[in-house]
Amino acid sequence: MRAWLPRFVRPKLLKEQGIVGMNTRNARYISVWNRRRFYPRVDDKLQTKQLALDAGLSVPDLYGVVRTLRQIRDVRQQLRNYEDGFVIKPAHGAGGDGILVIDGWRGDRPRRAGGRAMELSEVDDHIANVLSGMYSLGGQPDAAMIEQRVRFSSIFDEVSHQGVPDIRTVVYRGYPVMAMMRLPTHDSDGKANLHQGAVGTGIDLGSGRTIGGVRYNRPCREHPDSEKSIVGLQIPGWDQLMELAASCYELSELGYLGVDVVIDADRGPLILELNARPGLAIQIANGEGLNHRILAVDAHMVSRDIEPAAERARWSAEVFARPEATRPTEPDTETTRAAESA
Amino acid sequence: MKRFHLPILIVLLSAIGLGVFAYKVSALGMPLQPDATAETWQVEARVRFQATGEATTVQLRIPHRLPNFSILDEGFVSRGYGLNTITQTEDRLAQWTTRQPRGEQVLYYRATLYRDGNDRSEADYPGPVAVPDWAEPFRSAAEALIDDVRGRSSDIQSFASVLVNDLANAAPASNAAVFIESTDNRTRRAETLIELLATARIPARQVTALRLVDGRRDIEPQTWLEVHNTRRWVPIDPESGEIEYPADVVVWSHGDAPLLEITHGENAEVRFAVARGVQDALATIQRFGDTLDSRFLDFSTLNLPLGTQNTYRVLLMVPLGAMIIVFLRNVIGVQTFGTFMPVLIALSFRETQLLAGIILFTLIVSLGLVVRFYLEHLRLLLVPRLAAVVSVVIMLMLGISILSHQLGFERALALSLFPMVILAMTIERMSVVWEEHGPADAITQGIGSLVVAAAAYGLMANRQLEHLLFVFPELLLVLLAVTLLLGRYTGYRLTELFRFGRIQDAMRRTD
Repeated sequence: MRAWLPRFVRPKLLKEQGIVGMNTRNARYISVWNRRRFYPRVDDKLQTKQLALDAGLSVPDLYGVVRTLRQIRDVRQQLRNYEDGFVIKPAHGAGGDGILVIDGWRGDRPRRAGGRAMELSEVDDHIANVLSGMYSLGGQPDAAMIEQRVRFSSIFDEVSHQGVPDIRTVVYRGYPVMAMMRLPTHDSDGKANLHQGAVGTGIDLGSGRTIGGVRYNRPCREHPDSEKSIVGLQIPGWDQLMELAASCYELSELGYLGVDVVIDADRGPLILELNARPGLAIQIANGEGLNHRILAVDAHMVSRDIEPAAERARWSAEVFARPEATRPTEPDTETTRAAESA
Repeated sequence: MKRFHLPILIVLLSAIGLGVFAYKVSALGMPLQPDATAETWQVEARVRFQATGEATTVQLRIPHRLPNFSILDEGFVSRGYGLNTITQTEDRLAQWTTRQPRGEQVLYYRATLYRDGNDRSEADYPGPVAVPDWAEPFRSAAEALIDDVRGRSSDIQSFASVLVNDLANAAPASNAAVFIESTDNRTRRAETLIELLATARIPARQVTALRLVDGRRDIEPQTWLEVHNTRRWVPIDPESGEIEYPADVVVWSHGDAPLLEITHGENAEVRFAVARGVQDALATIQRFGDTLDSRFLDFSTLNLPLGTQNTYRVLLMVPLGAMIIVFLRNVIGVQTFGTFMPVLIALSFRETQLLAGIILFTLIVSLGLVVRFYLEHLRLLLVPRLAAVVSVVIMLMLGISILSHQLGFERALALSLFPMVILAMTIERMSVVWEEHGPADAITQGIGSLVVAAAAYGLMANRQLEHLLFVFPELLLVLLAVTLLLGRYTGYRLTELFRFGRIQDAMRRTD
C-alpha cells in the first residue's frame, strides 16, 4: 500500500498490540498518577534542575538565569566567556519551543547550531521574547535559563544531523517502561521532533542498544542523511541512564513521567528536562504498545513496597529486554519489503 | 460507590432534563417545531336590543372555567356603558349599565379560545337531590321507567345514558312515551331528563354549549345535559345519549337561567359568531400558560424581555457548540487553535453565513499573519506586539468592510461581529506554531479550527435545534450528561486509528 494513503486499523487490533491512545493516556495514567501540585516541579525547569541537584542527579550546568529585561545587558557581557557555546531556554517552555542552541563563536558573533552566525542583538531579542512569555504555557511572563551546551557523545555524530540526539524514557510508577532516541535530520532542521522528520528509534531496555525506528511513520533502519545504520547502536552508560531515569520518580513524584536525557561526552547521561505529559510517539519508535508493559509494572507493584531506584532500573532492564530486536542485519528485511510491496 | 457516581449523575441529569421536556411537550403542548401553529377560536357574542330610553342593565352569561378549552384573551365592546363582571360558581356575568340609551344598542363580547384538552370537570358531589313531586299518572310511569332503566345499567353514567336513549326511541304507549313528545327540542328534553334523574336522586344540570364552525355568523346555542357521577360532571347529549363533548363543542354557561337578561330593553337577542384562527404556537402556549394556575411557565425563557430572549437564543447554543468541540477533539481527534476559539468563530458565522464567513476568516488570518511576520522583524515584546496585531486586525476588518460595501457585498459588513481579540490570539498562536513546527503544522491546525468552526456552525445555526434549546432549556441538562459521558471516553481517537494504522508495517517486526 502506498505510504501516503490513509490506512485505517481496527481498534481491536490496536488494543491487542497494547497501543495507548491520547484519551487513555490522559484518563488512566496522567490523571491517576500525576498529582497536579507536583506539576510545577517539571513545568518549571529551574525547579527541576534544583531538585535534581539536591538529589545528586546529573544535569547540564546552569550558567545563569535572566528574569528581567535589564539583566539582558549584564548577561550579554558574560556570554563571550562560554567558548563552547551555550543554550538559552525558557524555564516554562513546552514541547521544546523557544530553545536556542549556540554551539560556538565566529569572532564576536555567536554561531547557531546548524552553522548560521547571529548578531548578539538577536540573542537579546530571543531572551526578551522568552521573558515576555511567548513560549510559556498561557503566555505567563517567564525566566530564561542559560545552560551549558551539551557536547554529545561522538558515537552519534554519524546518525544525527546538526542537533542534539536525546533519549526519552517513559517512567511509570518509578519503573522505566520504554525508551527511544530521537535523531535530528536535515529535514527536521536539527530538531529532535519526530513530527518534522526526525528519526525515532526504539531502545532495548536490557542492553541499551537501538532497535531501529520510524521516520515519517515508516520503518527506518538507516539515518536518511548519512545512510548509516541506526540498528544496534550501543548507548554509552546505559545502566547509569536507566537508574537516572528511575530516580526522577522520587524527584518529581509523578507516576507517568517522560525523562529526556542527553549523553555528554565527558559527564555521561544528563537530565535535560522532565515531562508530565509524555506523548505517544515512543510507541511508534519502538513498534510496540505501552499498555502491556504498564500492566506488567502494575502486576509487579501489587503487594510490594516501593523499591530503590537502582532495583527498579534492574527489574525493568530484565523484564522489558528485547535483545533479538537489536541485531543490525535482520533476516526478515526481505520479507518486510515483500509485505510492503504486496 | 465511587464507581457508580458518574453513571448515576448522568442518568439523573438526563432523567430530569427529559422529564421536564416530556412534561412541557405532552402536558403543556409546547411546540417542537419552530414554525408550529396552534388553532384558536374567536367566539363573539353580539347582544342587540332596542332601548326604551330608561336606565338599562344588560346581563350576559359568559364563560369562566370551560371543559377542554381555555380563554387566552377576551374583550368587551360597549361604548357608553359601564362594565362589571361578576364571578359566580361556574360562570361569570357580564353586566353592562347605562343611564339613557337611545335607539338600537349593540354590545359585543369576544373571547379567544384554545383547545387544551383539560376537561376541568371534577367537582364535589352536591349530594342526592330531592325527588320531584310528580302528579299521577306520571308518578307511577316515572317509577316504573326508573326501575326498568336501573335494571339495565351499572352505574350513574350508564343509567343516564340508557335513560336518554329510552326517551329518544320511546315506543308509543311505553312508560317513556309519557314524558316526551317527538317535537320536543333539546332544552325541553334536558329539562325532562333532569326531572326523571331527580326521581332516581341523581344530580343533573343543564348546560349551554356552542358548536364551533368556522365562519358561521349565527350559531344557535345547544343545550347539553351534565350528570354528576359523584366524582365529576359527565356531559351527555340529550338527544343521542352520547357521552362527553365532541372536540368542536365548547361550553358557554351552566344552569337553566337565560343567557341574556335586560331591564328596559325590547327585542333583545344574542347571536354567536365563530371564526377559526391560526396563531404562532409558542405565543399561544405562552398566553395559555398565563391562564394556568401553575406558575411553571412563569419561569420559562419565554417570559424574559425580548432583547434578553434574543441574547439567550444565541447563548443557549454555546453548550451545544462546546459539546461538538469535545466530540471532535476527543473522539475524532481534530487539532484546533485554542480550545473554544472555533465556537466563537462559529457564533460570528451566524451573522456572515458559512461561505462568506470562511472566506473572511481566512482572509483576515492570512493578512494578519503577513503583518505578524513583518512585526517579528521589528522585535517587539509580546504584549505590545499582540496589541499591534489587534489594531491591525481591526483596520483590516474596517478596510474589508468599506471595500466590500463599495463592491456591493453587504454580507461582508457582518464582519464587525468577528471576535477580533480571538482572531489576534489565533494569529499569534499560528505564527508561533509556524516558526517552531513549520508551516505544515500551522496550516493543518488552522484548517482543523475552520472545519470544527464550520461543524459547530452547522449545528448552532440550525433553527430547529435553536428552538428546542430555547423553549426547552432543560435539554441543556441532557447535553451536560452527554458531555460528562464523553469526558470518560478512553477509547482511541479516530485520527489515532490512522496514525497507528500507517505504522502497522513497523509494528509487524515485533510479532
